[in-house]
Amino acid sequence: MKQFDDIKSGRREFLRSSGYLLMGFTLMPGLGFSTEPDECYSPEQILIADREAVDSWIRIDEQGILTVLTGKMELGQGIRTALMQMAAKELDIDIKQVRIIIADTGQTQDERYTAGSGSIEGSGNAIRNAAAEARKYLLILAAKELKSNVAELSVNNGIVKSAKNQKTVAYKDLVKGKRLEAEVTGKSELKKPADYKLVGKPIKRTDINDIAAAKTHFIQDLRLPDMVHARVMRPPVYSARLVSFPTDEIQKLPGVLKVVVNGNFAAVIASQEFESIKALEKMKQLAKWDSKPITPLPGQLYADMIKNGSAGEIVEGDKSADKKLSENTITLEAEYKRPYQMHGSIGPSCAIGLWKDDQLTIWSHTQGVFPLRSTVSDLVNLPLEKIRVIGVPGAGCYGHNGADDVGGDAALLALQMPGKPVRVQWMREDEHKWEPYGSAMVLNIKAAISEGKVTSWQTDIWSDTHSSRPGGKAGHLIAGRHLEKPFAFEGGGFSGGSHRNSLPLYDFETKNVALHNYKGPLRTSALRSLGAYGNIFALESFMDELAAKAGKDPVRFRLDHLKDARAKEVITTLVTKAGWDSNKKAGLGKGFAFAQYKNNASYFAVKAEVQLDRATRTYRLVKLTGVIDSGQAINPDGIINQTSGGMIQAASWTMLEQVNYGANGVESNSWETYPILRFEDVPDTEVFVVDRPELKPLGAGEAAQGPVSAAIANAIFDATGSRLREIPLTPDKIDWSKIS
Amino acid sequence: MAELINIKVNGKTHRVTADPEIPLLYLLRNNLQLNGPKYGCGIERCGSCMVLLNGKAQPSCVIPGSAAAVYEVTTLEGLSKNNVLDPIQEAFIEEQAAQCGYCMNGMIISAKALLAENKNPTDQEIRQALQRNLCRCGTHTRIISAVKKAAAKLNK
Repeated sequence: MKQFDDIKSGRREFLRSSGYLLMGFTLMPGLGFSTEPDECYSPEQILIADREAVDSWIRIDEQGILTVLTGKMELGQGIRTALMQMAAKELDIDIKQVRIIIADTGQTQDERYTAGSGSIEGSGNAIRNAAAEARKYLLILAAKELKSNVAELSVNNGIVKSAKNQKTVAYKDLVKGKRLEAEVTGKSELKKPADYKLVGKPIKRTDINDIAAAKTHFIQDLRLPDMVHARVMRPPVYSARLVSFPTDEIQKLPGVLKVVVNGNFAAVIASQEFESIKALEKMKQLAKWDSKPITPLPGQLYADMIKNGSAGEIVEGDKSADKKLSENTITLEAEYKRPYQMHGSIGPSCAIGLWKDDQLTIWSHTQGVFPLRSTVSDLVNLPLEKIRVIGVPGAGCYGHNGADDVGGDAALLALQMPGKPVRVQWMREDEHKWEPYGSAMVLNIKAAISEGKVTSWQTDIWSDTHSSRPGGKAGHLIAGRHLEKPFAFEGGGFSGGSHRNSLPLYDFETKNVALHNYKGPLRTSALRSLGAYGNIFALESFMDELAAKAGKDPVRFRLDHLKDARAKEVITTLVTKAGWDSNKKAGLGKGFAFAQYKNNASYFAVKAEVQLDRATRTYRLVKLTGVIDSGQAINPDGIINQTSGGMIQAASWTMLEQVNYGANGVESNSWETYPILRFEDVPDTEVFVVDRPELKPLGAGEAAQGPVSAAIANAIFDATGSRLREIPLTPDKIDWSKIS
Repeated sequence: MAELINIKVNGKTHRVTADPEIPLLYLLRNNLQLNGPKYGCGIERCGSCMVLLNGKAQPSCVIPGSAAAVYEVTTLEGLSKNNVLDPIQEAFIEEQAAQCGYCMNGMIISAKALLAENKNPTDQEIRQALQRNLCRCGTHTRIISAVKKAAAKLNK
């Protein structure tokens, strides 16, 4: 656990002491490095030419502790443990001797956002290279000490042993009293899979011990000396203007220290948290707003997307597919819909701001401490060097939720309360109504089949943006848009997230994807897997429809269109593990779906089993079985945990979830009005990992989201003959009269 | 406004001066500096804030601290004795039954109440006992395994 009260500790402190080997690296190993050590080189002479140019570090000190600094954020995905494991493995150190410092603009490097399942690939590989090179230096030192050749040395738990004379020396003794610093060349040889001692074996996450024992872990648990509590009053609807506010009455309430009103941004700061909540309730009762109704309403939304979306631009695939399709008769065409859906973090967003000694410090559970720092800089007009953002874990976010917004709230309010830490926590209603949702999407697919094979395929996507992360622009924060002098929201155009995974991995003669951008009524941004969830729902549902049309088994039909060997193996493994070919039972339906996330990352195949209850006209998702190949499995237990979690979350999205809103605002304001899956309805899950120790590790966090949605739709079709093309797949959409 | 509330938490009586309307949750978190119960929804619909009231698992976000004073309140902190964790806490760690872990307080508290009454719950009984507790990461499968493991530990 980070020392929360010691905010002065920083990068310089980390570098100052002596008795260590320090390896500096960037995320692009091999770029701009100075020397490559070899056995004739004396490591004592290595010094980093330009310390400021190096952005991250691993260090071994004379206590034998390995410290890793990473700009990535722990989001409940277990990244801390996985990264520590990678470093420990390369150096042959007991993982208990490893420490990690995560996302802190005062200490770690700028790794932008922890998102897109890229941490293992990016940060992980850089840390591994640094550790491999540190090992090399240490072995050169040890060879000298043990009067042996490097080739004669082996390492176990940080102790180097010579095969020549059986003498040993510990890493910690090799660095004692020395100050060894070097930059990573990226050329050191990584260990071979056969030599791994830690990677590939389940390692327990140490942070889980703290959580189970109720130790301070979450940002919500931080208590700083003299801390005060704030609540922000949000408008009833996005565009509302505050026309009257009872400042004097609120100021008189017990415990209220300050009332802040700036344009449409209104907040209260009180000594005690409950006092701030009571004041907020009063503010909501008395404030008057002028607002414009939201349009279009849900009933007209999908039609409006198609009507007002931009002209389709081919974003992926083969431009000639259109022509091919018109040459052939279109064999099948279908339209799929996905509503606005929320991240629904269990712990509402929270941040603490402190304006003291001309420095603004923000404690935040953001996915990107550096982008939040530059956004706060824009918001409060302070230079970057006066702002420090320290990452502290929050509840799971699953993408861009309210974390950055509340960081902006805390920054504005801290400046109003110099010297005191101001803790801002959103209420449940704020989180539900104000987080940026996963965009609604419409997907139209047309395909031609000839002799049982798909020859051409075209997808049209209508979607709002899947990424409006702040990235330095205060107009992307809710508070920024509500100030008296508002920052404009300048969407950075529409992101590639909309067509993620829309291009089939299958081997068709021609295929293409056209994207129609649409500016919708609700605030949207990155939700776990971005557009891949909706795109794979459509793609893999449509493959099922085509298989049915061609009269083929849906799994066989897919295999017939696949060349990629890893894709095939994931699918055939699932067929075996989940008993795909077992006999059909009455009232039970099975569905299959597959995707390679982003068409370049983890492979995932899933079987869904649903059980019908004709008496109540409902269905139950009984079981989900998944097979995942994420390359080299660093921590298989972590992969299983994340994948199984993704499967259950995706099942919840698919069966239950839709943000409801009306002219006067978002109506999904609690778990009553936006229900998610509860224990009694959660399916059993089973996950199998195809380990590929010879290949690079890939992120696993988002691979399940899309395939699960289609597998459920396909299982419902199998059981009922009804093809549900609009999420959520509620039982009232099934044609029960079709079922005998 | 503020009044004196005598409240027994984790075996110790505390004298707290607070607004009589203050929900037990805020009293525990802020006046007594306990981390176990967490704010999640404020209307007893997510289970993040659960505590044991005379051994029964209950949300703490609505009940006023003054009304809770008639109960013996136990929080997650109160399950471990002298830094030795309760077998249920151990089982959650051994099963790695968390992703973000924000819901874990409510899960362990609900499991504690369940296992006190039912030494060998079935999967279905575990699901029913945890029905009030939301988990957004989808860790349900492991949480069920952890409760089963805890039952086995307690029956040893």
